[in-house]
Amino acid sequence: MMPPRIADIWVYLSASPLLGLTITLVAYQGAYWLYRRSGFNPLVNPVAIAVAALVLALRVTDTPYAQYFEGAQFVHFLLGPATVALAVPLYAQWHRLRAAWRPLLAALFTGSLVAIGSALALGRLLGVSDTTLYALAPKSVTAPIAMGIAEKIGGIPSLTAVLVILTGISGAALAKWVLDALRIGDHAVRGFAVGVASHGIGTARAFQVSEQAGAFAGLGMGLNGVLTAAMLPLLFALARSW
Amino acid sequence: MLPALTALLVFQLTGEVLVLLTALPVPGPVIGMLLLVLSLSARGELPVALRDTANGMLQHLSLLFVPAGVGVMVHYARIANELPAIVVCVVASTVLTIAATASVMKALMPRGDA
Repeated sequence: MMPPRIADIWVYLSASPLLGLTITLVAYQGAYWLYRRSGFNPLVNPVAIAVAALVLALRVTDTPYAQYFEGAQFVHFLLGPATVALAVPLYAQWHRLRAAWRPLLAALFTGSLVAIGSALALGRLLGVSDTTLYALAPKSVTAPIAMGIAEKIGGIPSLTAVLVILTGISGAALAKWVLDALRIGDHAVRGFAVGVASHGIGTARAFQVSEQAGAFAGLGMGLNGVLTAAMLPLLFALARSW
Repeated sequence: MLPALTALLVFQLTGEVLVLLTALPVPGPVIGMLLLVLSLSARGELPVALRDTANGMLQHLSLLFVPAGVGVMVHYARIANELPAIVVCVVASTVLTIAATASVMKALMPRGDA
């Protein structure tokens, strides 16, 4: 029997979800290894590195995104149960949450409005198109919520997902310096700010710092998701009726 | 691990069904998360298996964003000429949001709690 040719193997593999799933895990592990080697330098963000490596690999092999996603969807799916799992650290911090609900709500409203307002104002100032502007408005909210909001206000959901991830990476990479410059030491405050501004990717980063930072980040992410989902379509309806 | 994973999926499914029934503008998993917090506080204790499974999952939360991030390749042509403006806007807005949220919360936090 003739051994199969490389091209035949490629045809088989590229039609199965195994390849997309495997390269996602391999790219992430490689990126995480670099992140660890850098001494967990926030600028060496594992999501950004893994995404860049995968985009490059797909470009080089001329593989369409939809075909890659056939396999990667199994990882993507876990976002749902992982969001539910955020209940566990939240519950562990329950007594602190109850004690601090007033500062939390005030900070939440401020953060949510600053996130939306500054994105729209800066976007307008820098002359981005309306389509991009609508996709930018919900950028601080976790991807599944942001995509739903974008759809409601006339943005493109999948473009929003990309901007959401860019926001998450910015927050995860820069939060340490912003918070250090403001001399904020309390991990509850640090975590909450990161979660409100940069959702799940910020939350993932906060969990690497401490469980308390992670729990408050998860709370900030969840609350800002709910608030922005309720507020943004209303704000846009108001703005359009002027 | 299996009972814990099942519990997470059951709460997610319950959340999704509630969202469909009530047309809430919030994703199902977020409702599932809130329901799980409520049921844990009603129960008054955290099962060890659930704690371990949840923490294991959350340790690699970053990984779960990678597939959606690769979606940038679909939109690259559309945003290529706007890219510098988008990056400046996203980075500046994120820094402002972190600074504003943290400053307000710090100013209002009761002393001695931190």
